[in-house]
Amino acid sequence: MEDITREFVNKDYEYGFHTDVHTEIIEKGLNEDIVRLISKKKGEPEWLLEFRLKAFRYWQTQEQPTWAHLDMPEIDYQDISYYADPTASAKKDGPKEIDPELMKTFDKLGIPLEERMALAGVAVDAVMDSVSVKTTFQEKLKEKGIIFCSISEAVQNHPDLVREYLGSVVPYRDNYFAALNSAVFSDGSFVYIPKGVRCPMELSTYFRINASGTGQFERTLIVCDDDAYVSYLEGCTAPMRDENQLHAAIVEIVVKDRAEVKYSTVQNWYPGDKDGKGGVLNLVTKRGHLRGVDSRLSWTQVETGSAITWKYPSCILSGDGSQAEFYSVAVTNNYQQADTGTKMIHIGKNTKSTIISKGISAGKSQNSYRGLVKVSANADGARNYSCCDSLLLGSTCGAHTFPYMDIHNDTAIIEHEATTSKISEEQLFYCQQRGISSEDAVSLIVNGYAKDVINKLPMEFAVEAQKLLGVSLEGSVG
Amino acid sequence: MKNNQYVEFYTQVRDTIRQRSCPVMNAHRDEAFSTFSAIGFPTQKVERYKYTDVAQDFAPDYGIQLSSTTGDRTEFCCSLKDAPIDVAPYYNSIANKQDAVVALNTMLAVDALLVYVPKGIKAKHPIQINNTLKGKQDTMINRRILIMMEEGAEADIIITDHAADHQQFLTNQVVEVFCQDNSHLNLYEIEETNLMCTRYSNVFIHEGRDCSVRHTSLTIFNGHTRNTCHVQMVGEHSEVTLHGCVIADKMQRVDNNTCIEHMVPNCQSRELYKYILDDSAIGAFAGMIHVHKDAQKTSSSMTNANLCATRQSRMYTQPMLEIYADDVKCSHGSTVGQLNDQALLYMRQRGISLSEAQLLLKSAFITEVIDNIPLEALRDRLHIIVDKRMRGELSKCEGCKLC
Repeated sequence: MEDITREFVNKDYEYGFHTDVHTEIIEKGLNEDIVRLISKKKGEPEWLLEFRLKAFRYWQTQEQPTWAHLDMPEIDYQDISYYADPTASAKKDGPKEIDPELMKTFDKLGIPLEERMALAGVAVDAVMDSVSVKTTFQEKLKEKGIIFCSISEAVQNHPDLVREYLGSVVPYRDNYFAALNSAVFSDGSFVYIPKGVRCPMELSTYFRINASGTGQFERTLIVCDDDAYVSYLEGCTAPMRDENQLHAAIVEIVVKDRAEVKYSTVQNWYPGDKDGKGGVLNLVTKRGHLRGVDSRLSWTQVETGSAITWKYPSCILSGDGSQAEFYSVAVTNNYQQADTGTKMIHIGKNTKSTIISKGISAGKSQNSYRGLVKVSANADGARNYSCCDSLLLGSTCGAHTFPYMDIHNDTAIIEHEATTSKISEEQLFYCQQRGISSEDAVSLIVNGYAKDVINKLPMEFAVEAQKLLGVSLEGSVG
Repeated sequence: MKNNQYVEFYTQVRDTIRQRSCPVMNAHRDEAFSTFSAIGFPTQKVERYKYTDVAQDFAPDYGIQLSSTTGDRTEFCCSLKDAPIDVAPYYNSIANKQDAVVALNTMLAVDALLVYVPKGIKAKHPIQINNTLKGKQDTMINRRILIMMEEGAEADIIITDHAADHQQFLTNQVVEVFCQDNSHLNLYEIEETNLMCTRYSNVFIHEGRDCSVRHTSLTIFNGHTRNTCHVQMVGEHSEVTLHGCVIADKMQRVDNNTCIEHMVPNCQSRELYKYILDDSAIGAFAGMIHVHKDAQKTSSSMTNANLCATRQSRMYTQPMLEIYADDVKCSHGSTVGQLNDQALLYMRQRGISLSEAQLLLKSAFITEVIDNIPLEALRDRLHIIVDKRMRGELSKCEGCKLC
């Protein structure tokens, strides 16, 4: 691990390159015609267009919320292009061909799109700007009855499933950004695991914003039927640009009886430069609905990128005996800001949730944990344990904790604890005595501090996450 | 907006109030009025008032007391009109002027009580400020207290609230406390009223260097209560302790909102709030520890523990930290739970009835707050009151000569 951190400690954001590929971008602005145009480009059925338009009309009546502990630049929603398609030229030539430039991009990012990478054993859906470029291993998964494709394909091939579940966990009226996403969402992944099937490989989606002046509005829908299991990974990067790019996604997860879903994110959007210029605004609504009895859902997130992160991956525990977990490491450096946490809403009986959140702030960044644990009147025997720790590296950053607990039941047991501290002089001294430089020592200690969460990630991701911790904190010591 | 009745009322009685009051208080009246009429009562969308419906509490048509209190002058207490020192720089200087409830108090309070402990004086006996609500009609009381602790002063101050009559009473209290360097203050607030009483209390504490302040808030019997305690630590090497306990049942509501601001380095704060909620009681706790940018070496801890005894009782808790300095030790913890089944079983095996066993455990739970009270006589008395309260024997405050 040390080697990894040492190797990467002096690197800047390494995914900041731009791919020069012909991209079809629609004109900037947002109105009903644009919503209709996106729907038309994707050849969507009438009901989906109606869904988008309803969401758009609702969005128009709303104002952007301001309650977060964030200093947000004003977003001009008319100055963004809502659809960018880098595969447009390929589509004309033939549907199967992928632009070699695109392949190179994903190679550079280390994403196995080629069969030669089959040994990695991960099925990947690669999404660039508004379009899914390629989904691997589809055939192999099909044998088991698993559907893993882009959401546009799912709308065409499995309209009943999409119609049943789309918007059932995050309705378009949920919040401002959910309404925006529901109106203009482009691509994302769709996963359906049939009854009793254990997904044989990790499913993964890789998101990349490439074109300038655009935003990414992906939508992911995961349905895990009775007794099924799936582990799903999500990764993201973007080129370095001076402007703020908007990323407003929705992730919906439905977990049925005795099913289990693991959702892991390594978020590494471009965080802006050292003076806080540019960077991605990551405003995402993620929610899982544990509908079935004894169902399980775990969110694991490593948040190192984005100029602003504002998201609360949440769980609604309505099935009796359901269990939810939330593990998070949020790192902020330079002028990054994060207001993140989770919501655990206990509705079913004997439900259990665990929250482990580790915040690390350095530079001039602000890092907030905000979480809600709600136990409704019927949720007998609900159990929650929350632990949120903050680590401060430097005297100009801030770490904040805003936990909310609403308890409406006398049988609930809720515990919350939090600590805030800095790396102790003794720990640093101990490392330095043994010849470890101060930067390496900090990386070592930070990695140890985040270990509880990183251990929950699938192996390949854990390695990447450890590297990222080193990169993100570069130059923050001393 | 339901603040119209107060706006109208003030317009009518402005001159009467000004006549009966003193210049120090009149100087702030009109400004408070314009703030109040501009912002109105906070709605539940305002974060700090999330769990309390202020407009509803202030909606009834209360008679408003405008007579001037001319209590006897004692060693340390007097009316603000007879202040032995110049209080103009202090009055309304640390109260939150942008809070509508505070503004309402500033606008309507006719007189204020000054507790003044001069330089180097140690008050031998505790000072008790006894408030008894009496009357034949629904009444709103705007109570204002200014506590001045000069350098090296020491005092114990007990503020008690009682209700003698079964009318709707609304108390809107604002307390401003100034602790100058090296002073030591123990401030107790004990509320023992009845289900028809509503209480809004805003306590603002300003702490200088080398001070120690202990604020204990006990809500033993009430109707609706909203307590705010805001501490500003502006001098180094000071400490503050905020303790509180709440025993609530029936339809009672208690909302405690605290904020400790560490503005300078090397200060220490401790906070402990405990709630026991029975029947349909609703409890809320929102605590904030705000460590400013240069407040290095701050040590702070906040604990909120709650017992929900029935299915209908509700608890909302929000222990918050906002930290802008790196060399600090801050922690907070919060729990919501029930009585330990094993402990109950253990006692029942030994022939103690279930209700008695529950009572014992509840008493033990709340004892942590009471046992920390340094005044022995008060501690003993509170043990008795709390025990009676939990047995349901406390219908009104006992042993008080006034009621």
